[in-house]
Amino acid sequence: MPRITVTVDGVTYEEEVEPRLLLVHLLRDRLGRTGTPIGCDTTNCGACTVMLDGRSAKSCSVLAVQADGCDVLTIEGLAADGRLHPLQTAFHEEHALQCGYCTPGMIMAALDLLKEDPDPSEEAVREGLEGNLCRCTGYCNIVRAVRRGAQAMSGREVSAS
Amino acid sequence: MTEVGSARRRKEDARLITGRTQWTDNIQLPGMLYVAYLRSPMAHARIVRVDTGPARREPGVVAAFSGRDFAQEQGSLPCAWPVSEDVVIPDHPPMAVHEVRYVGEAVACVVATDRYKAADALAAIEIEYEELPAVLDMAEALTDTAPKVHEAGNRAFTWRFGNGDIDAAFRDAPVVVDRTYVQQRLIPSAMEPRAVVAATDGDAFTLYSATQIPHILRVMLALTTGIPEHRLRVIAPDVGGGFGSKLQVTAEEVLALLLARRLGRPVKWTESRSEGNMTVHHGRDQLQRISVAAERDGRLRGIKVDLLADMGAYLMLVTPGIPLLGAFMYNGIYKMDAYDFGCTGVFTTKMPTDAYRGAGRPEATYALERVMDELAAEVGLDPLELRRRNWIRHEEFPYTTIANLTYDSGNYEAATERATTLFGYDKLRAEQADRRERRDPVQLGIGVSTYTEMCGLAPSRVLGSLSYGAGGWEHASVRMLPTGKVEVVTGSSPHGQGHVTAWSQIVADALGVPFEDVSVMHGDTAVSPRGMDTYGSRSLAVGGVAVLQACDKVKEKARQVAAHLLEASPEDLEFAEGSFRVRGTGAGRSIQEIALAVFAAHDLPDGFEPALDADATFDPENFSYPHGTHLCAIEVDTETGQSRIRSYVAVDDVGKVVNPLIVEGQVHGGLAQGIAQALFEEAVYDADGNLLTTTMADYLMPTAADLPDFVTDRTETPATSNPLGVKGVGEAGTIASTPAVVNAIVDALRPHGVHDVRMPCTPERIWRTLAGVRGGAA
Ligand code: FES
Ligand code: FES
Repeated sequence: MPRITVTVDGVTYEEEVEPRLLLVHLLRDRLGRTGTPIGCDTTNCGACTVMLDGRSAKSCSVLAVQADGCDVLTIEGLAADGRLHPLQTAFHEEHALQCGYCTPGMIMAALDLLKEDPDPSEEAVREGLEGNLCRCTGYCNIVRAVRRGAQAMSGREVSAS
Repeated sequence: MTEVGSARRRKEDARLITGRTQWTDNIQLPGMLYVAYLRSPMAHARIVRVDTGPARREPGVVAAFSGRDFAQEQGSLPCAWPVSEDVVIPDHPPMAVHEVRYVGEAVACVVATDRYKAADALAAIEIEYEELPAVLDMAEALTDTAPKVHEAGNRAFTWRFGNGDIDAAFRDAPVVVDRTYVQQRLIPSAMEPRAVVAATDGDAFTLYSATQIPHILRVMLALTTGIPEHRLRVIAPDVGGGFGSKLQVTAEEVLALLLARRLGRPVKWTESRSEGNMTVHHGRDQLQRISVAAERDGRLRGIKVDLLADMGAYLMLVTPGIPLLGAFMYNGIYKMDAYDFGCTGVFTTKMPTDAYRGAGRPEATYALERVMDELAAEVGLDPLELRRRNWIRHEEFPYTTIANLTYDSGNYEAATERATTLFGYDKLRAEQADRRERRDPVQLGIGVSTYTEMCGLAPSRVLGSLSYGAGGWEHASVRMLPTGKVEVVTGSSPHGQGHVTAWSQIVADALGVPFEDVSVMHGDTAVSPRGMDTYGSRSLAVGGVAVLQACDKVKEKARQVAAHLLEASPEDLEFAEGSFRVRGTGAGRSIQEIALAVFAAHDLPDGFEPALDADATFDPENFSYPHGTHLCAIEVDTETGQSRIRSYVAVDDVGKVVNPLIVEGQVHGGLAQGIAQALFEEAVYDADGNLLTTTMADYLMPTAADLPDFVTDRTETPATSNPLGVKGVGEAGTIASTPAVVNAIVDALRPHGVHDVRMPCTPERIWRTLAGVRGGAA
């Protein structure tokens, strides 16, 4: 079995994995990083989104062996030194989650979106999160939260879209 | 009263935004095995032969079973709602033994050391079917020559209800509008797939399940499996949405217990999405014929409704009751002289239907609000004016409707007034007229929906009169701890709603303690022994009231102790901001001091039981009736069929609001789901009974890019039927929005001669409808 080295939320793991093992199953079943959930089997829902070497990736569409040598950031590693990331705070403040199942993926996808566009319009957030499904919120508050998070991250006012 | 009504940020969030969650699939127990199911690829077939032997020889496989191996102990999945005398409740083995009746029905399973190996070994199972004819169309299913889904035939039940002289209402009626609407089949699609873990020490069992109903599940599983109720603990850990789909007793839950018992090891099963789309119960699927008789001025004389309701292959927990929850709602907010309702439940070879957000009421509201628009067009009135002429005026409450429900309160005028203002109704109508005049290829449609619903399920007596198998009460306990902190146990089991926050607000006000000092426990039958769980917008209107009543009892106990300590009579004490004070003097004791005094028990009134806690069980006397006015403006491109929601205004009256943030969130999510039915979603079976929409790529749930920002507001007419004055909000958005959207689309196209577009109103459907009325080839 291939042997891989992968860093997850700052901790380096060496694992022997079947070539077909999905990254999300490595995280959840082998490493106990259950903060990243699974919502589908066709890479449509985005619930499993993590940062892979700084870019968002659906961890259900990546094999564990492909993550060899990579740095994975999950929702569990996002709060630094016990302080919530501004996006996490914004999701809380804007009531952008109900059941919370989509939330880890939404936050990670939003993180990537804000790298590209640190001050997105409402339209841009809606387009940018197209790969992430939420069944509870109707998205309004998620959009608000992402824009609020953007504002907090850059210390700017959110411009009218 | 400061907490109730404030937009508290949720206590639930801290774990959810950091990934410290407890989804059922996260659970790992020592020695745990994984289960995978082999499912029928055929809609209808006899099982000729199953051999699980080869699967047992695959690597990592511990056991493999077919339905036959559990035939003696698996029982039949329960239906708790035998709606009528003539209802047929077919045997429903969790794993099929002789016959399969829908694609996805479980026929065998493999238990292995990891989930990959379990899935792999399914391919080694040998199974032979003899194909039987699929039964897919309801009307056809009821003909004499139709192949039978079950021995007893395809008619599951018939149910009638009526009031007033319906023949007189229709005889010589100046206007009659008669329409048939299709409520397409939907897949609830909670984001968390179902998952179950079962464990046993040989005698006692623990079942973890992604369920909305741990309490009901425990009772039903005990009855189904024979495991004594007191040896069975059911836990609903974090649950990722339900929308009715997790209000079920499923094959996989029963089998998890049986497998754990048979193998003596914990087992886990987690469904894949494709598996779930096939086998999580579906929603809606009704054919609705609705006729209204009216005067020339639009005043309603009577409404007749005839439903065919697709049960699917079996009657599950409340399958046959779903259309009947709508039976009392086809009159909506309107006055009329007569009403007649009939429903036939039909078996087909599809996944069973059951509760999906709104359950019966969205269907009723859709047909009614659609036909009201048709009537408005027929008599030449603005749709809002027609509604005004017929609705119950605010000074007429309480009002007993033609369906024999007593609406306790409401103010349809106020909600409509507010909605039209926010929407800019007159301006949009002017723009519409202009576009019509100009023959603009992009037409503007305005959709109206003035809905009500019955929620706060439910008065136990009413449920009894409808032959439902249980009551509708809810339970709570509240206990003050020695340090003055408060623990609340609720029987209402959340899956995203925000019970913990809302209950904390109620308790903080009732006992005068800080919001932070309240913790709320739920979803584990060992912690919360009694409950009726969460569905039907009942949590706050029933469960929240139970919490308040338990607080009141605690407060009365505390008053006795305070009086004793202050050497005053209990009646002379006033309670404010968490302290009892003797009227007219400064002397007082905080409730926290009293909690400590009760704990110490050194100096209590004679005979006082040293415990500052209380239980309450609330059984509502009436349903609650949220209502509201929703307005939708849609642009429809008559050349391409593309539509775009330009604005959506929802003004809802859900009574008193405990947390406006949570209420708004519920409305948003409800709107998205109702709009999804109108525009995007449909579970499609092909001519052989194969489900085509098994993935999220085929079953189109709306994304953020597909939906607009919603404008929401409220009017507040307190419910008079419960002490909180609350009505419930979980389903309102879903109920109101589907007809608002379709009314808008039809309104846009009416000048083209269009009277209906079948849901979901996709661009293709709109285009074909237009092509049809233009006489072109579609
Ligand atoms: S679980 Fe990865 S996209 Fe759905
Ligand atoms: S909050 Fe439940 S799926 Fe998004």
